[in-house]
Amino acid sequence: MAKSALLKSSIAKKYWMALTGLFLCLFLAGHLAGNLQLIFSDALHFNQYALFMTSNPAVKLLSYLTYISILFHAVDGFLLTYQNIKARPIGYAKNNPSKNSSISSRNMAVLGTLILVFIVTHMVNFWAKMHFDENMPLQTITVEAMGQKQELYLTTNEGYMPVAQVAKSYEDATKTGAQSYIANRTEFYNTQAKVKIGEGYKDLHKITVAFFKDAKFGLIATILYVIAMAVLAFHLLHGFSSAFQSLGLNNPNWTPKIKFFGAAFAIIVPILFAIIPVYIHFFLK
Amino acid sequence: MSSAKNININLKIWRQKNAKAKGSMETYKLDNVSTASSFLEMLDQLNEQLINDKKEPVAFDHDCREGICGMCSLYINGRAHGPDTGTTTCQLHMRKFNDGDTIFIEPWRSKAFPVVKDLVVDRSAFDRIQQAGGFVSVNTSGNTIDANATPIPKQDADKAFEAAACIGCGACVATCKNGSAMLFVGAKVSQYALLPQGKVEASQRVLNMVRQMDEEGFGNCTNTGACEVECPKGISLENIARMNREFLKASIK
Repeated sequence: MAKSALLKSSIAKKYWMALTGLFLCLFLAGHLAGNLQLIFSDALHFNQYALFMTSNPAVKLLSYLTYISILFHAVDGFLLTYQNIKARPIGYAKNNPSKNSSISSRNMAVLGTLILVFIVTHMVNFWAKMHFDENMPLQTITVEAMGQKQELYLTTNEGYMPVAQVAKSYEDATKTGAQSYIANRTEFYNTQAKVKIGEGYKDLHKITVAFFKDAKFGLIATILYVIAMAVLAFHLLHGFSSAFQSLGLNNPNWTPKIKFFGAAFAIIVPILFAIIPVYIHFFLK
Repeated sequence: MSSAKNININLKIWRQKNAKAKGSMETYKLDNVSTASSFLEMLDQLNEQLINDKKEPVAFDHDCREGICGMCSLYINGRAHGPDTGTTTCQLHMRKFNDGDTIFIEPWRSKAFPVVKDLVVDRSAFDRIQQAGGFVSVNTSGNTIDANATPIPKQDADKAFEAAACIGCGACVATCKNGSAMLFVGAKVSQYALLPQGKVEASQRVLNMVRQMDEEGFGNCTNTGACEVECPKGISLENIARMNREFLKASIK
């Protein structure tokens, strides 16, 4: 009885919404810290961070937890909404809910669905490119030596590879006689010995900047991103403190503090997220 | 009383012949309503007019007419028990309305509260939730201990009393956008969970009452807080949080 209650009951669903929601709030804070490097750091450090985030085992575990949380939060949310609609088959001819509840609290499902749409497009635009794109560029720098400009790949062991001497594949290298070639998307190989001599950084920084600075879609992408963050703010405005209520934490001492912190989190985090594409589109040279 | 005057109003009222019939909103005109009369007296006046016109009077629930029985209901102009907070419909007076107003009157809307007739809904789902665990088992075979013999911290007694102030009117369900009954069940769980007499059966009580609540077809709570605002007895959301705690405790036992 007790065990099935913890999975099926209406209160159990609240716990799961609260736990996954709070975990996703933590994820937001971490994700924001990473994103802010687009403003406060340089391309190399951002790409090093991106590599760390896609290769470190502990981070990988956290990322799987995040995927599961998003899915569970969404599925549970849809299920709750479906049941809640069924609980009132005939609606009111006249209803005045603004007198007793906030607009965000009454529209969590709509806000959540919009956020889900955003997450999917966001992952297609950045996450999928980082993980699966065969043509993901590797980070290069341009140096000037003896009056000649030269482009170099940066490598993870703090070395570099001249771009002119690296072929796109082994076949290309044998045709052009290049000294080295790229394999497995990021690895540099010596053509003759066929041994790995270094590894480049996927240039997520370049992809991101190009996305928001795109002549055709950059502005609309920036605007949509800012709108998505506004939606997120309204979702968090109710969601953050609501999670604590669901988990049973409501008392005169803690609740006002939780509500204050929740409101601050709901406003500050999305604003900081939204500043980044605005900065890239309008101010980044 | 000197400020009382008569107003003419329009009423839009849900009429439904019986539980199976398809209902609809009907419009009525009612003149010379004293602003000193209560909302239910206004409905009495309407019913007299309908009876004189050889029409079926509007069925609505009422009993004590002093705000303690929980019998009256009515969703008035989009709000449970009307525009006032902390009052039941019987405590609402016509001075809250103006001459020429159109007033919407609808029954509680919830799958778990089916309409019996017009504005009367069947709230026996609440009774079944109470029967599932809203009690303490006491041996009454002649040697019952005086309740005051068990010391109870004043703070707990006050909170239990506040929770027990719930009159089971169903405004929380009616006003909740999800048709959730968690304020009612939270109050009923809390009034026992806070007291030593209730702690003995606390686990079974919360599991059984929540199970019955779910079976009755009430919606899920999303913490909008509308119930707390509209509750005529000011039952706090703290009671829902306490039920959530009690349920978690009982579930992992």
